[in-house]
Amino acid sequence: MALAKRIIPCLDCDNGRVVKGVKFLDIRDAGDPVEISRRYSDAGADEITFLDITASHEGRDTTVHTVEAIAGQVFIPLTVGGGIRTLEDIRTMLNAGADKVSINTAAVFNPDFVREAAERFGSQCIVVAIDAKKVSAEGESPRWEIFTHGGRKPTGIDAIEWAKRMVKYGAGEILLTSMDRDGTKSGFDLALNRAISNAVSVPIIASGGVGNLQDLVDGVVEGHADAVLAASIFHFGEYSIGEAKQYMAERGITMRL
Amino acid sequence: MNKVAVIDYGMGNLHSVAKALEHVGNNTRVSVTADAKTILEADRVIFPGVGAIRDCMAEIRRLGIDDIVAEAVRSKPLLAICVGMQALMERSEENGGVDCLGIVKGQVKRFANAVDPQSGASLLLDESGEALKVPHMGWNIVQQTGTHPLWSGIADGTRFYFVHSYYVALGAGEKAAGVTHYGVDITAALSKGNIFAVQFHPEKSQHGGLQLLRNFLSWNGEN
Repeated sequence: MALAKRIIPCLDCDNGRVVKGVKFLDIRDAGDPVEISRRYSDAGADEITFLDITASHEGRDTTVHTVEAIAGQVFIPLTVGGGIRTLEDIRTMLNAGADKVSINTAAVFNPDFVREAAERFGSQCIVVAIDAKKVSAEGESPRWEIFTHGGRKPTGIDAIEWAKRMVKYGAGEILLTSMDRDGTKSGFDLALNRAISNAVSVPIIASGGVGNLQDLVDGVVEGHADAVLAASIFHFGEYSIGEAKQYMAERGITMRL
Repeated sequence: MNKVAVIDYGMGNLHSVAKALEHVGNNTRVSVTADAKTILEADRVIFPGVGAIRDCMAEIRRLGIDDIVAEAVRSKPLLAICVGMQALMERSEENGGVDCLGIVKGQVKRFANAVDPQSGASLLLDESGEALKVPHMGWNIVQQTGTHPLWSGIADGTRFYFVHSYYVALGAGEKAAGVTHYGVDITAALSKGNIFAVQFHPEKSQHGGLQLLRNFLSWNGEN
């Protein structure tokens, strides 16, 4: 049997608490990240992604302590993203116990940062997060552009070309979020996922829009995703990780059960 | 007191390994160190590594880790992880070709089993001809090739977490302890005297990985 597809619950954290915005707004408190990480790991999560949405300096220190606490108790891969701008930020997070860091906005402003980070720390720990939005009109051949600042700022950069470039610079994995779907619970943007997954050699994590378990299946089967990331369907107890893995396995997807 | 030295040559996340060992070990002291004396006085040694082999080997040689590892394996159990395992081999294809420690016979090869007829680029294809992603990242099945104290309490076929783009192809006379299939058959684990080496990350492989680390803490070397 083959390599298993991965389910990655995502913890969006602000000042040491897990929150989840709908379309990056409207934040609801969902709990303690250490406790939630442990619960997900016990339930069979294949990795944990921790996205730090804290803006303040003090909050960043809280984040480092939270990452340390998670890494001391949860023995599956941990990715930390949000506000990673310098090699020092990466070193801090890896030292705190992160296995990978996710770089988003900083890569757009300074693509060489990805190259430097991969050279210094190895591609295996450099995830490039791409927030993409469809910019083509109905009936045109589909085109997506990347956006920064939580999806608010367009960049004019083509998402597929960008993904190729980031892989060439050393990204070991792509975390691909559809800004059109994020928070909508209407499923992944499968065409976007497939286009990027087929364009690059590294694994793709599909993100943004999961509303039910069939969306996860579609992400893998039709979106060619290597891993699927979801937050709210797990945080608010609509589905358990175990149910999700079982559901996917029953539909012929190789999972770690 | 069970003294475990995690060799620190500046490459990668050693804290994960140290934290996992502390989690499973009773009466265990874990030192993350490059100090020859501390390593050679330890009861057991972990030889980790992530990143590119050229940089790893450069640091290993600069810090004299090559001599320390060679001496450690004569007298005590050593667990090599990921690039630590690859560094034990004779040579790696990575970075245009890099000589490694040569403690275990074999080569480190890039994942590939086909060539793109158009671009000439190497490809990794599965049985149905579909392209596989490289790095090999995620949870894959490890088939144990025999009994070993480090497999104690771990079911054959357990999935472990891998992340790597190069793999070990063992030389003649060397013994795999576990194999994994990803386009090609790779050495997931090898054993040689006091050495046990794994391509996957036990410190990130939840129950199976923690059990392997637990087994290592009570292993006295050899079989």
